[in-house]
Amino acid sequence: MKIITAVIKPFKLDDVKTALKAIGVAGITVSEVRGFGRQGGHTETYRGAEYQIDFVPKVEVQIVADDASTDQIVDTIASSAATGKIGDGKIWVADVDRVVRIRTGEEGADAL
Amino acid sequence: MDTGNTAWVLTSAALVLFMTPGLAFFYGGMVRSKHVLGMLMQNIFAMGLVSTLWAVVGFSLVFGDGGNGWIGNFDHLFLWDVTDLDGDIPGMAFVAFQMMFAVITPALITGATADRLKFSSYAILIGLWSILVYVPVAKWVFNGWILDMGALDFAGGTAIHINAGVAALAVVIVVGNRRGHGKEPMPPHNLPQTVLGTGILWFGWIGFNAGSALAANGIAAQAVVNTHLAAATGMLGWLLVEKVKSGHATTLGAASGAVAGLVAITPCAGFVGGASPLIIGTAAGVLCYLALAIKEKMNWDDSLDVIAVHLVGGVVGTLLLGLFADTTVNDAFDGLFYGGGLELLKDQFVAAVVVGAFSFAVTFAIAKSIQTTVGLRIDEDAEYQGLDQSQHAESAYTA
Repeated sequence: MKIITAVIKPFKLDDVKTALKAIGVAGITVSEVRGFGRQGGHTETYRGAEYQIDFVPKVEVQIVADDASTDQIVDTIASSAATGKIGDGKIWVADVDRVVRIRTGEEGADAL
Repeated sequence: MDTGNTAWVLTSAALVLFMTPGLAFFYGGMVRSKHVLGMLMQNIFAMGLVSTLWAVVGFSLVFGDGGNGWIGNFDHLFLWDVTDLDGDIPGMAFVAFQMMFAVITPALITGATADRLKFSSYAILIGLWSILVYVPVAKWVFNGWILDMGALDFAGGTAIHINAGVAALAVVIVVGNRRGHGKEPMPPHNLPQTVLGTGILWFGWIGFNAGSALAANGIAAQAVVNTHLAAATGMLGWLLVEKVKSGHATTLGAASGAVAGLVAITPCAGFVGGASPLIIGTAAGVLCYLALAIKEKMNWDDSLDVIAVHLVGGVVGTLLLGLFADTTVNDAFDGLFYGGGLELLKDQFVAAVVVGAFSFAVTFAIAKSIQTTVGLRIDEDAEYQGLDQSQHAESAYTA
């Protein structure tokens, strides 16, 4: 099993969700996050004083999936979250040791 | 008894009262979210404490007839035996109206000292300040030797704005800068609150200035128009220079410019007419924006620009009145531009300097005394935690 984590532009979340549902993904977890990358931040001005805002708002999407569907999910996020402009975000995949469905106690692939 | 005049003064008392929660939101939006309740609390607490002090002793010390131009007497402790004003409006209407002035004046200081005063010490500070600074200055300006000297202050350019602005500077110098000042960004957490507060202030200021006519008459009507136009042109002046200098016309700039215009027209409101409010408002918007640079240059953490807006705005209005006062509007004195020569301008200058010097000296002494006895400032952990949790055991925003 894998955990797929994607950091995307907030306004692309609906597109990503729709695309993932279309390929049969059963559930995703979404968080509002802030961070910086190559996109950099922006400047805000309050009463003439300039503030450099380094942390840009992003949305983090997490999906736990079986190994076989991982590549398709990553490709789907990559295509549905893309604008072609700097700041589109990143996707990474890591191994997951154990998954439990709390309600039933099922483990592993049965819990997905 | 004139029922029309009475109705207007009573209405104005309610309008001026509303300004203090307006000020709370004006300031509250500009601080960081962990300090917003602390800021709101400091402002509304003034409504509790200063109103009480005003009833117990403040009114009597300002408006009791002490037979001199310096201080009143104790004849009206607990508002005992307050007489009607020239048989025109009830004394109690005047008490109520003046009480709201006494409340908002120390509240103005809170913008400069944001995010770092210990609440109990703040309570002592504004309690002592109301009696030792506001009372004598209000006496001199509204009912004493500064008025007798010939200086004009329609609604409190010196007694309220210069007074509070200078006091703010004195407390900032004693208490020091916020931790992280100049290193970490401290942007406003909720500018919509600031805009809401600006609207309330603007609305209430109609009563503040036009109520100071103490009558429902032509001078009050002129003051309404002057007040509104100075706010309007204060906004335009600020935005123009802000756009040129920093590239954008900002929401906070519009709010700040309007308040700057309102401050500057306060001493002038019932003494000027014609194009004068437009000129005074524009001048305030431009000069108060430029005055933002003072605190950077001096490394004073006047957090929400009480010096630039209230002190500088108050000085601009007080001095410009020496140029624009017009006896066809109000039979007092003509300013320089209306054939009155330099006499009024000189008196305005003396009033501004005396009020500023007195306020600075006494406020500095009060703040220093509190600092060396019970402490004035919260400790480092409390400051990082925020006023809301450290001083009041509350949070403004819960998920």
